[in-house]
Amino acid sequence: MAVLTIAKSIAQAIAEEMERDPSVVVLGEEVAAAGGTYGATSGLLDRFGEARVKDTPISEGIIVGAAVGAAMNGLRPVAEIMGINFAFLAMDMIVNHAAKVHSMFGGQFRCPLVVRTTSGGGRQLGATHSQTVEHLFAHFPGLKVVCPSTPADAKGLLKAAIRTDDPVMFVEQATMYSLRGEVPDDKDFLIPIGKSDVKRRGRHVTVVAYSNMVEISLKAATELAKDGIECEVIDLRSLRPLDLDPVFESFKQTNRAVVVEESWPTYGVGAEVATRLYEECFDYVDAPIQRVAQKEVPLPYAANLERAALPQVADVVRAVKAVL
Amino acid sequence: MDKAEMLELYRQMVLIRLFEEKCEELYQKGKIGGFMHLYIGQEATGVGAVAARQPQDSLITGYRDHGIALAAGMSARTAMAEMLGRVTGCAKGKGGSMHLADINLKFWGGHAIVGAQIALAAGLAWADQFRQTAGCTLCFFGDGATNISYFHEALNLAAVWKLPVVFICENNKYGMWTPVEKVSAVTEIRRKASAYAIPSDSADGMDLLDVRAKTAAALAHCRAGNGPYFLEVHTYRYRGARTARRKRSASGRPRTRSASSRRCCWIPASPRPRSTASTTKSRRSWPTPCSSPRPRPSRTTVKSGPTSTWRIEWQS
Repeated sequence: MAVLTIAKSIAQAIAEEMERDPSVVVLGEEVAAAGGTYGATSGLLDRFGEARVKDTPISEGIIVGAAVGAAMNGLRPVAEIMGINFAFLAMDMIVNHAAKVHSMFGGQFRCPLVVRTTSGGGRQLGATHSQTVEHLFAHFPGLKVVCPSTPADAKGLLKAAIRTDDPVMFVEQATMYSLRGEVPDDKDFLIPIGKSDVKRRGRHVTVVAYSNMVEISLKAATELAKDGIECEVIDLRSLRPLDLDPVFESFKQTNRAVVVEESWPTYGVGAEVATRLYEECFDYVDAPIQRVAQKEVPLPYAANLERAALPQVADVVRAVKAVL
Repeated sequence: MDKAEMLELYRQMVLIRLFEEKCEELYQKGKIGGFMHLYIGQEATGVGAVAARQPQDSLITGYRDHGIALAAGMSARTAMAEMLGRVTGCAKGKGGSMHLADINLKFWGGHAIVGAQIALAAGLAWADQFRQTAGCTLCFFGDGATNISYFHEALNLAAVWKLPVVFICENNKYGMWTPVEKVSAVTEIRRKASAYAIPSDSADGMDLLDVRAKTAAALAHCRAGNGPYFLEVHTYRYRGARTARRKRSASGRPRTRSASSRRCCWIPASPRPRSTASTTKSRRSWPTPCSSPRPRPSRTTVKSGPTSTWRIEWQS
């Protein structure tokens, strides 16, 4: 087992799948010669050649458009959209086509497509480059939305995403690419999409998170443990399909929950998870479920303002104490 | 082209016309739901272009898809069943009028977001190029779709990647109900292709054989590895942008073109096999192809489901 960054684990996952299946191709802005804006496609061009690793124009609509057409016609494209904010320019292709062609044409077409993109704030990029909006895509039946939180999860989930016959939005977090962790070498190391993962056991409060909010929640849990408060931290790993069984199971023991998301709370993941908890576990609720989320403003540039708007460890600690 | 082939193409055009007239009737009766966009008037464009394809070539179009579907070889029964929302339809009743498709015919749909099929066509062609199938893609769209970003993004990518795709603009002079000159800075649509260094030609969409010949030439260009080709086909739809359930006039459009137009009158220039044009005295009716009588007694009875039966009869 090697210790890799998330960027390296992603590059490894794609390379292994390209090795295994000649129909896997990579396209996007700067993915070939430059090896990807975040280095996640580094080395692929040299290894697999320019027929399979293709730089595109800065033209999100056609990046995903061509990828959907190619996926329908037998390829398995891994398309990179440099940032999820630009995925809005390809929103029509993702939600009106990738998500629809299988069902709408009566099952005739498949769309084995992965759209990799980067989400999240915290890098002083201003309001249009810092949004955390993967949950918007999770709204649409027909799409899978995957958000890994560790290098091992990134590799196993991405390999599974490339192998699935459905379109997958694979949403990475820009501040996490250098996060290091152990990654299995096994070329068939797969993590099934749609399985939540308990990242820390605890009996007092259930903390539900995904992506970089898992790390923040784990830090909060460590801090709270000093006061004798044991949090169970559950990583959703995919927003659609949404696997809440481990959350329900945990909640029936703890009777208290906090949902942590980087995006704004309105119509968000916290709203969904809390509602489902109320629906499924109403008799077990001992305290109103808390949401930790971004302040409802376009994210400002100044570092102090940005920090104030994004969820921090202290916010999770405070929310956990509020439900106790 | 031999007589049998001519008759077959003529049969396809008549089939589209009669199929859609029946669609109109069923739409007014409320049996067909949703939006419905008729191809009537444009039959020679679709039939002519599709006639030029090889079996390995793909077809894709927008929501005005009945004509391409039938020309591609979809049975009227399957198409009508889809219109009626039956499980026996080509998309099991999940697609409807705007989403006809048949993967076995390499007809990739009916796509109802304007211009999206142009982007998808680039992808279909890319897959064929990558897999070296020798297949090309015929991508149909209206003049209205040439102002949307997909058009420009797809033409650019197709040119840069030298994709084997023939972009066929069915210029029927109106985007929805708005005349092309009101919304497009360039009204000779083929000139837009020159911005992406894509060679182009134009065809008379009322002339089956002209469309067929120009499409064949375009396909030959693509198949030789020269990249995409653009064909502007001048045509005219006789019905509204989409069928209205209530009574309305012919959607505010003139039934004929202005006298200053290259084509002074569209209705008389009804689609027809042009090979006999010189011998056809009247353009006001469907001419008799060659010297044979209309194909009869061809009668197709289509059972679209347990409660609906209708038939097409060739009128002589």
